[in-house]
Amino acid sequence: MTDMLSTGQQASIDRTRLIRAGLRKRHLSENIFKGLGLAAIILALGFVALLFVDIVRKGVPAFTQSNLHLAITYDPAILKIDPPPVRAAGQSDADFQAANLKWQRDLAMLNWNKVIEASLRAAAPAGLEIDAKALLSIAETDARHVVREMFVANPSLLGQTVEVELLASANAVNWIRGNIDRSLGDAQQQLSASARTLIDEFVANGTITNGFAWSIFTNVDSRSAPASAGLLGAFVGTLWMMLIVIVLAVPIGVASAIYLEEFAPKSRITDFIEVNINNLAAVPSIVFGLLGAAAFINYMHLPISAPIVGGLVLTLMTLPTIIIATRGALLGVSPALRQAALGMGASKTQMVFHHVLPVTFPSILTATILGVAHALGETAPLLLIGMKAFVAAVPATPLDQATALPVQIYLWQGNENRNFFEPRTAAAIMVLLLVMICLNGVAIYLRSRLEKRA
Amino acid sequence: MDMLAGKVKMTQQSVNTAMNPADALERPIRLTARDVTVHYGAKQALHGISIDIPDRAVTSFIGPSGCGKSTFLRCINRMNDTIEGARVGGTIKLDGEDIYDPSLDVVELRARIGMVFQKPNPFPKSIYENVAYGPKIHGLARSKTDMDEIVVSSLRKAGLFEEVKDRLNEPGTGLSGGQQQRLCIARAIAVGPEVILMDEPCSALDPIATAIIEELIDELRENYTIVIVTHSMQQAARVSQRTAFFHLGNLIEEGVTEDIFTNPVNKQTQDYIMGRIG
Repeated sequence: MTDMLSTGQQASIDRTRLIRAGLRKRHLSENIFKGLGLAAIILALGFVALLFVDIVRKGVPAFTQSNLHLAITYDPAILKIDPPPVRAAGQSDADFQAANLKWQRDLAMLNWNKVIEASLRAAAPAGLEIDAKALLSIAETDARHVVREMFVANPSLLGQTVEVELLASANAVNWIRGNIDRSLGDAQQQLSASARTLIDEFVANGTITNGFAWSIFTNVDSRSAPASAGLLGAFVGTLWMMLIVIVLAVPIGVASAIYLEEFAPKSRITDFIEVNINNLAAVPSIVFGLLGAAAFINYMHLPISAPIVGGLVLTLMTLPTIIIATRGALLGVSPALRQAALGMGASKTQMVFHHVLPVTFPSILTATILGVAHALGETAPLLLIGMKAFVAAVPATPLDQATALPVQIYLWQGNENRNFFEPRTAAAIMVLLLVMICLNGVAIYLRSRLEKRA
Repeated sequence: MDMLAGKVKMTQQSVNTAMNPADALERPIRLTARDVTVHYGAKQALHGISIDIPDRAVTSFIGPSGCGKSTFLRCINRMNDTIEGARVGGTIKLDGEDIYDPSLDVVELRARIGMVFQKPNPFPKSIYENVAYGPKIHGLARSKTDMDEIVVSSLRKAGLFEEVKDRLNEPGTGLSGGQQQRLCIARAIAVGPEVILMDEPCSALDPIATAIIEELIDELRENYTIVIVTHSMQQAARVSQRTAFFHLGNLIEEGVTEDIFTNPVNKQTQDYIMGRIG
């Protein structure tokens, strides 16, 4: 009896020893795995942080612009123009319009650069030798339009002198900020020596000041006047596409998912459709661009470079994502809820719309917003449908030519004036990221709110 | 504790008075099943079940797990239709009308034959909406006052009204398990069904909640034909007038509850009741 007991005890001691021997190894492998996971996360976060820091560091300067404060004199000696037409009694509408247009045309023919040159020369210190070309290279080329528009709006300015805030040219900005190596020789500088001296003088005496670059948000892209180039056109183009994607992809995607998941008979055809939808989600986006060019532009003759085509292509791209996410959400609904509804005598449609959809709404919404956000960041398909064209206008309708935020980034990244556009590209990236963060924030907020309610 | 003891005692008492086998036998037959078979794909789950279920009495289905009692219950309101690959054979008639007739609308059938499930499954909506849902989809309430009346009387019949009358707009999922199950019963009653099917309605509940539900079932028997699946023989003995014993997809024996428990004819029934098949 005691022998039996001691054997039992011995066996239990042996077992414990065996378990203990293995334990060290088990803990070790667990710690190694945990350590690897932690290292992976630190590495990933490090890269993300690096990316953000780099973009912000490069982009922040682009949010300030160099303003040139000039006293512009609307000198009648340079601006030889009749007073604007006044509508005479009995003059028809068309006649008056024609007269007005002629006046504006005449106005455009005047040498506005001369006006700007004169005011720059007046601002320059006495005795500085500088030619007209060098003087004008300080102000951005859109200055003459700004000054002219002021005159069109108020023709009584003729003969008067007014304080005007103009943009310094991109080359001037490069020089001021040191984007270009200031020690380079004359031959390698964009600006002449006299212009550079004058710019330094202007900065010193406050003729050129720094201000917040509203132009980024209020202007459209510009190639002739890079300092005034802005994101408005691209932003509105992106908004149009986003609208089209939401209006088309969300209802079509959710409805197809509901049909496939809840109503479609399980057959070889539905299996085939399912496999294809899953594959579509993995198709490279540039292929969707080719499809868009072939189907929407070549075959359906929709306008090239238009947000409508971009929106349609992005819709096609987003559909599989939304369908897969919605089906996943529907699949996750507990069978108990379905049975409860069916057991009450609800029809299948009533079961889906009264019970299943409300429960899955938060996840469908989140998936949709993330899908739309993903589509907005897409560039490749847009290049193929002509949205990388230079468009200097805000698209008033989805049928107008436009570009999009990511494409604008691509365009600026490729601009020849690297010194000036590198910060501006980073700034555009910051704006795009901000839009994305906002969309994702909305998704997170809605999700937590709706889930709390449910 | 005293309260609990009182409740259980009371339940037993009321069950004892209700156990009047002759009474149950005299009732007209409401549901008749003949040679009902069910296949799940290639697997046969039920082998020709034939049974008559009397009006306004409680009939319980007992038997070990996987014996087909729940499967048969789900045939009665055609919930098996919703299962992929399930095929039902034979006939089931409600008041002489074949419920598997293609011309019969399953939605109408389920309004006439309500169901309470094993796990309480209230809708994730308010208590009021839970009860009002059935009348709403079937168009049973003519006005808001009508609906309020239906909701209150259903909750009363389910013995839940006093507990929830101040929070009808709170979610039904916030109630305790037993309350949730009574809410599900109220929800089923609200449509005014003729038959109520209960699939192990107490298996997820504690003893107190179980006692309350059993008492409720006994009260409901006056107005409804009730079929209950249970794995508890004590429960079958307490609440039902007739009992059917299922084993391996066959109906082994069926009769007045008292006879089944005290004087089973079949050896298998005897073994199960004595605890020899589990």
